[in-house]
Amino acid sequence: METLMILLAGILVMAATYLLLSKNFIRVIIGTAILSHAVHLLLMVMGGLKAGNVPLLGENAAPYTDALPQALILTAIVISFAVTAFILVLAYRAYKELGTDDLEKLRGVDDE
Amino acid sequence: MKINDVILQTVAKVVVFIILTLGVYIFLAGHHNPGGGFVGGLVLASALVLLYLSFDIKTVHKGLPFDFKLIAALGAFTVVAAGVGALFFNESFLTQTFLSWTWPIVGKMGVSTVTIFEAGVALAVVGVVITIILSISEDV
Amino acid sequence: MLITIIIPFLAALFVPILHKSIFRKLHIGWFVLFVPLVLFMLLARSIPSVSNGRAFVHAFEWIPAYGVNFTIYLDGMSLLFSLLITGIGALVVLYSIFYLSQRESLSHFYVYLLMFMGAMLGLVFSDNVIALYLFWELTSISSFLLIAFWFYRNQSRYGAQKSLLITVSGGIAMLAGFLMLYTMTGSFSIREIASSIHLHANHELFLPALVLILLGAFSKSVQFPFHIWLPDAMEAPTPVSAYLHSATMVKAGLYLVARFTPIFGVEPVWFWTVSIVGLVTLFWGSFSAIRQTDLKALLAYSTISQLGLIMSLLGIGSAVYALDFQPSSLILTSAAFAAFFHLINHSTFKGALFMVIGIIDHTVGTRDVRRLGGLMAMMPLTFTIALIGSFSMAGLPPFNGFLSKEMFFYAMNQVQAFNLFSISTLSALFPILAWIASILTFVYSMIIVFQTFFGRYKPDEFDRPPEEASFGMLIAPAILSILIVGIFFFPNVINRHILQPILLNVYAPLADAMEFDFHISAWHGFNLELFMTLGVVVFGAIVYKLLRHWMKIYGLFPEKWSFDSLYHFILERGEQAARSLTNTYMTGSLRHYFAYIFLFFIAAVGGILIYTGAFSIATNQDAPITVYEWIIAVIMMIAGIAIIFATSRLTAIILNSVLGFSIAGLFVMFRAPDLALTQLVVESVTTALFLLCFYFLPPFKQEEKPARNFQWTHALISISVGLVFIFIALAVNSNPMFDTIAHFFENADELTGSSNIVNAILGDFRAFDTMLEVVVLFLAGIGVYTLVKLKKGREEQNIEDQ
Repeated sequence: METLMILLAGILVMAATYLLLSKNFIRVIIGTAILSHAVHLLLMVMGGLKAGNVPLLGENAAPYTDALPQALILTAIVISFAVTAFILVLAYRAYKELGTDDLEKLRGVDDE
Repeated sequence: MKINDVILQTVAKVVVFIILTLGVYIFLAGHHNPGGGFVGGLVLASALVLLYLSFDIKTVHKGLPFDFKLIAALGAFTVVAAGVGALFFNESFLTQTFLSWTWPIVGKMGVSTVTIFEAGVALAVVGVVITIILSISEDV
Repeated sequence: MLITIIIPFLAALFVPILHKSIFRKLHIGWFVLFVPLVLFMLLARSIPSVSNGRAFVHAFEWIPAYGVNFTIYLDGMSLLFSLLITGIGALVVLYSIFYLSQRESLSHFYVYLLMFMGAMLGLVFSDNVIALYLFWELTSISSFLLIAFWFYRNQSRYGAQKSLLITVSGGIAMLAGFLMLYTMTGSFSIREIASSIHLHANHELFLPALVLILLGAFSKSVQFPFHIWLPDAMEAPTPVSAYLHSATMVKAGLYLVARFTPIFGVEPVWFWTVSIVGLVTLFWGSFSAIRQTDLKALLAYSTISQLGLIMSLLGIGSAVYALDFQPSSLILTSAAFAAFFHLINHSTFKGALFMVIGIIDHTVGTRDVRRLGGLMAMMPLTFTIALIGSFSMAGLPPFNGFLSKEMFFYAMNQVQAFNLFSISTLSALFPILAWIASILTFVYSMIIVFQTFFGRYKPDEFDRPPEEASFGMLIAPAILSILIVGIFFFPNVINRHILQPILLNVYAPLADAMEFDFHISAWHGFNLELFMTLGVVVFGAIVYKLLRHWMKIYGLFPEKWSFDSLYHFILERGEQAARSLTNTYMTGSLRHYFAYIFLFFIAAVGGILIYTGAFSIATNQDAPITVYEWIIAVIMMIAGIAIIFATSRLTAIILNSVLGFSIAGLFVMFRAPDLALTQLVVESVTTALFLLCFYFLPPFKQEEKPARNFQWTHALISISVGLVFIFIALAVNSNPMFDTIAHFFENADELTGSSNIVNAILGDFRAFDTMLEVVVLFLAGIGVYTLVKLKKGREEQNIEDQ
């Protein structure tokens, strides 16, 4: 299971990296979203998979799965949501101001 | 972005309240069951987004005359204030405290300062999500 | 003594507050004036005990682990400098009250000025070289700020940058020298170094340290070829030029040389470098001064030349150390004596002259000698002060410059007579150069007086009609001119109380062996020095009369061979090289930056993985895989790969949602209901957001269709990144090095009253993370709002480059 998930995360990282390297702003944003998915998976795997019960004390008896990675991932999900929203609007705004979503054309001008 | 869709509007009127109730439930359930401030806030926010989608911004604004930036700020402030509050009781920053009693019929119940903290999280989430979506939609 | 350093800084704190409140109508300078005045009196009180040879030491621990202490040491030398700093400081502040109008940003000016005052006092009081270096650079910075006081002028910014670059580079060289000294002696204290340095005179770092420290001193004291920054520093307001750039800061280098003479004096290189650089500076400064048409530039070159004079005297004085205190060499101590005497005199007459030029500039609106003339009738008091200052600078009686100039000639003649280090031809050059430079000095001193106050009156050339300056403006230069005359008639007052103790500091080993009994007198009989002075006057007058004829000489020096051009060349080439180097990799392309990051990741992390051989796979601990998990995993892999080849953004976003919802499914299977719930809702909102933005964004362009240009290099990078990621993850997963700390959180119910462990962690155990997370979320919301609402800034107002 862990090995499979690591392979899955690796494939997601590859896809994300490829998207990050592309010219289109939207593809870059999707790349970051996929990258965060991959990282969440990795965090989950590092805590051990299916090693115990749902971490709700009232419902089940010990052992519980490791709750710490879950809390970390929860925070990470929020942050990645915030970041995705921000760069999405950045792209939107850049497109409205400059009329392009091509990163190669967004390189700006040299000073002087 | 004016959408005139009778079916959507009719359904939305009903569904929004179901979602809102669910949101509040999830928010309160977070203490012992899956849920919590963040998810609760998101669910509440999505209910509002549904309202904005089915009616237009002006109509919704008549019913909900809030500035969501302020709500977001209020949320963030509550979160920090919940932490600072502990300092007045000579505890370290962000220390939470709780009380719980075992009641005759309902069983164990309690109140916790975490609820204030989580309420701040929920408010911040609602405020931010709606702010983001409204600023984009208004900017046409 | 610590209080004297702290007071200026403290006062600087109060200046902006007071300027806004009490001193709204009244000039804030009146408040500032108290600072140097009080300090001067405080310091003056210690003159009697210091002149008896006492020294005050106060040590404060600063970084005791490295032997860096804040040791304050007050001896004769520091006392002289601190008296100059506070005394001239008080006069300059007084002058500035009338020079700068209320419209200027006075609080800035006085904050910088007080900052400089504190730093300069700290510099001369520090016994610890690290503290000395700190104050040294602080004076450079405050000088930078003061030169750029009128920052909207291009020339001011240029001059400020130039002075900062040169003095700070020198300062860094000096710091390196200090560290070398520390390596040799193991001490940062100047006194301790001086007492133990003789053990290390053959150390291989001795000479480098000497050269580096001299670089610092020369760049600060505008010695050739670092003199080029001073003329450009004249863009500063005149009080600043009078204070920093003639009386105090530029003398810090002289202070340093005098302080380190006991340390480095034994090395003949010190003698040769200091005295020859000083002489060259003396000559070159006076030679260049004559061609200047701007009176302030003329004074700047004259300052350069006078500092060169003092520097050469200090060099000659150091020969006593190099000659190992042979009895016959002791006569050279008179050079050091002359150096400090001239240092005082220079501060008085140059300060007065700067103030006079400031008055002229202030009154008629120009300082160009070609436009000035005939002002004597209109400004008699200003003229008198200018006459006193200039004649003192030219070395004429009855002014103090005459006394020190005579002593200077005497010291120079001793070098020749003494035939130092048996290089007779070279030492013969000393008095000759000194004499020629003195003629030139005489000539430019005359230019100041005669071309400004005599000659044809040209009222059309002035911006404003000339009139006598206000009484307040004249007080400060008048006090200085009284001092100029006063010192001539009563030189032995400062001789006994201030100069003698300094000599004991410079020649500490002689303290017991001999009495420094110099007696300054104006009349020595008909000796060589007097004839030299007479020669200066005669030849100087001739040269001045024939000035027009030999001004051609300056045409012989092509502009492009000057040190200024060298400075520009280095600066421009440096900027060019930095820019072209930076442009090679800072392309402005996000893809390139991503590529750097990924390549570095592959090289560094993958490299370490291979280097340490940490890679291993252990699948025996793995949990079993159910059919549903297989299905979800395969769906995700397919979606992940397919997203690369998506030709429409809608496909891409749907595939992204597939990934997001599948992850939620995986979270369910991994027993993380909170995560699953959150992921589901977040994914919905994100997708809605994407679609909302897509409403306004263009579709993927035709050339972006990946089928047509699948980038093999990018694919290679991505695959390598993915592989490194997989290998690391597998290796980590196979070698669990720590036990999980999850058990601690399983007490959640008792500790927090919550049975949802994840939420207990979020809301209580690690609430700090959550708090900051909410702040990030809030900031993102505000960022989005401002991004959308922000309209493109209107064209920026360009107030620069007047």
